[in-house]
Amino acid sequence: MPEADRQSLMTPRGWAAFLAVGFVLIVLIPVANRLVTPGGALHLPEYLVPLIGKYCCYAMLAVAMDLIWGYAGILSLGQGAFFALGGYCMGMYLMRQIGDRGVYKNPVLPDFMVFLNWKELPWYWHGFDMFWFAALMVVVVPGVLAFVLGWLAFRSRVTGVYLSIITQALTFALMLAFFRNNMGFGGNNGLTDFKDLLGFTVQSQPTRVGLLIASAIGLGLAFLLCRWIITSKLGRVCLALRDAESRVRFLGYSPTGAKLFVFVVAAMISGVAGALYVPQVGIINPGEFSPANSIEIAIWVAVGGRGTLAGAILGAFIVNAAKTWLTGAAPEVWLFFLGALFIVVTLFLPHGVVGIVRDWQARRSAARATVLASTRPAEAT
Amino acid sequence: MLVLRILAGVLLLALAWQPTHAQGFEELVRKLASDNFSEKLQAAEKLGDLGDGRAVPALKALADGLLYVRTSDQAPLIQNGSRYFDALTGQGLGELPDSEVGKVRVNNRLRGVIAASLSKLSLFSDDRATRLAAAKAAFANPTPETAVALERALRSEKDPEVMAAIRFSLAAAGVSAGALSDRLKAIEALAGTADPQVRNLLNTVVNDRNAPSEVVKAARDALASIERQLAIVNIIENVFQGISLGSVLLLAAVGLAITFGVMGVINMAHGEMIMLGAYTAYTVQQVCRAVLPADLVGFYLILSLPIAFLVSGAVGVLLERGVIRHLYGRPLETMLATWGISLVLQQAVRSIFDAQNKEVANPDWMTGGFDLVAGFFVSWNRLYIIIFCFLMLAIIAVILRRTAFGLHMRAVTQNRDMAAAMGIPTARIDALTFGLGSGLAGMAGVALSQIGNVSPNLGQIYIVDSFLVVVFGGVGNLMGTLVASLSLGVINKLLEPFAGAVLGKVAVLVFIILFIQWRPRGLFALKGRFVEQ
Repeated sequence: MPEADRQSLMTPRGWAAFLAVGFVLIVLIPVANRLVTPGGALHLPEYLVPLIGKYCCYAMLAVAMDLIWGYAGILSLGQGAFFALGGYCMGMYLMRQIGDRGVYKNPVLPDFMVFLNWKELPWYWHGFDMFWFAALMVVVVPGVLAFVLGWLAFRSRVTGVYLSIITQALTFALMLAFFRNNMGFGGNNGLTDFKDLLGFTVQSQPTRVGLLIASAIGLGLAFLLCRWIITSKLGRVCLALRDAESRVRFLGYSPTGAKLFVFVVAAMISGVAGALYVPQVGIINPGEFSPANSIEIAIWVAVGGRGTLAGAILGAFIVNAAKTWLTGAAPEVWLFFLGALFIVVTLFLPHGVVGIVRDWQARRSAARATVLASTRPAEAT
Repeated sequence: MLVLRILAGVLLLALAWQPTHAQGFEELVRKLASDNFSEKLQAAEKLGDLGDGRAVPALKALADGLLYVRTSDQAPLIQNGSRYFDALTGQGLGELPDSEVGKVRVNNRLRGVIAASLSKLSLFSDDRATRLAAAKAAFANPTPETAVALERALRSEKDPEVMAAIRFSLAAAGVSAGALSDRLKAIEALAGTADPQVRNLLNTVVNDRNAPSEVVKAARDALASIERQLAIVNIIENVFQGISLGSVLLLAAVGLAITFGVMGVINMAHGEMIMLGAYTAYTVQQVCRAVLPADLVGFYLILSLPIAFLVSGAVGVLLERGVIRHLYGRPLETMLATWGISLVLQQAVRSIFDAQNKEVANPDWMTGGFDLVAGFFVSWNRLYIIIFCFLMLAIIAVILRRTAFGLHMRAVTQNRDMAAAMGIPTARIDALTFGLGSGLAGMAGVALSQIGNVSPNLGQIYIVDSFLVVVFGGVGNLMGTLVASLSLGVINKLLEPFAGAVLGKVAVLVFIILFIQWRPRGLFALKGRFVEQ
């Protein structure tokens, strides 16, 4: 091989699948929704557009989670915190866009601040009337938090279960903090009643289709970025860290830098996912910080198959589609199902859906090998 | 009619033989039932000054519009339901037709006088608690008239606690008026007590422009000393609250710490073991209410402790055998699997018991409490939980130090492979440890049911905090868990007044993140080569 230390980004078949999924999300779905006449057999119902957009955001989050858990062995149970922080940054921008169209007609202050008798905008709300600033904050805020936490944790070799607990406590503490009214983020109700985004009405169908396309593109870019990281040298160091941290240390590598890098990147991807999520669901509240939400992300990845970025995307879509269907059809069954999923996947499907497919492929090729072996001696695999 | 008149005459004659103040009592109660409002006012006021507890029912009845007179002889009657009683003797007269009785009218002015008299009269009540309450209530209303009543009550009082309360209220009455030396003495008497009411009273004296300068100065000094005392009491109270919170955390975390120490896995379903224990207490309570006689129902709590231990312990052993043992060497997956179990358990309880909060009543011996110092109330349930928590800790320590099982547990904690090589059945130890940890959580659930409602989310409330206790204290070490939970509890409560409950929690979290920079394996980490795995 000409370039020993870099694997190719994807196999030709991988690229084909990537482009096919991208084509479906970015071209087929918008066309089926916008251009096919309603009532036609191929028409996509309106409500499915933000739903699929939402799944794309979740899938982005799952990709970020897979990057740190599947490849670097960091099980963050607080990934939802970065998602929610990105969401809040976007929510703040959307709140400022409301202007004087709120219930209290205040041109500067959001409704909840007027309601709580605030006289002026808190300092941390300044700048969020500009999209570029909000977009910057969407990656900077989660990134900085992840950097500080990660630096403190990885430097003192906090790993495994300890790290999981610390990250869980982080998101729990943030949830408690954001529930407070005097934090200036709308307290219990969060941020909602959004009007427009970059001049487009948030509620209108074309904007929703646009947001879906943006989420799909974001998902694709996040996937390519993570793919690029894990095929690099750094990615291999991460894999080694996941499997035998002490050995990597003894070989002379410093784990802190590598872990910190992927942790911050994952936090930023989560932040962007949150920012794309908020305008599609129309609300962000402290519930997004709840530890239960963050743990759910881990199960998406586990269902799809950890350590395979495509599996994370698949898992996010499967589990969330099941959630949408079950919480509607039989709400009391959903938690049983989710709980069983956690148990079954960890016990019986350590490689998730992707693992099943691979097993099946391996068995098929093994079967073919035995057929060949009848005519020719078998080769070692 | 004539016969009745004669009878009434004889009755009057008989009354005349009674001691003078009793005669006054009867006469005044009769006047209370008269038609003339000014006469009624006078009578109500005099009854208050008389200090005879027998007047209380009549005064109360008049205020409530339940005082009647018999048209035949003008005798005062008290209506209770449809029956009538003699207001003087309390003798039951049965039902009387409406035509034979007339209602005594009452107005608001009269009601006011009655209320004042009643409060004075309760100083002379036969019931000790009523007298004590009245003596304390008089504090809020320090008028010269109450002072007179208080002084008279003091002469007849025998109970030391009531006497102290009366003296205290007398001092309060003396602060506002009277001779200079008396006022100074009264202020001095008050300075020793750190009661918020005293502070208000002294504040009014300090702000009183008409008060002599000596009095104002004395009041100011007294206030300063009270402020100091209150500050101390406040700190003690916060520390007690902190220890109380800490003991709850300890109860919740100790089982977790043991299983984490032995098996290196975090049981995310640990909170649900607590919840199962609380629901066991609820079920046992319901069964006891149905089966046991009423005076024995209070013992359901004692009964539910071992049952909760068995229920949660059995679920724990099942979990270990069924799920966790298949995930050895994969601690992160174990977390996820146990999280799944916790979701299933929560939903199962919600399906069986519905999602409403269940109330587990405090037995009689756990309700109420006592004033340790003025303004510092110690409630029995908190105190019992602290005691129970330390008792449990002692039992665990004995199990760990004095039994073969404990020895094996410690060996597996220190070095699993070596313990196995020495012939210790590690798989069995794991199952038993998990059962013990879960059983302890179940007992913690019984304790927690006494300080809050029981809901399917009960476990989730404490779980993050108990994880932090384990991280802070280090694993496999009871001392670490004890120190960590108590200090986290106290830090939380001491921070609360400055930062508020939520920011206090956030501060504690930041503190722990910084703390593990210094000691990544907790306060009391095991040392040796086995630690890094």
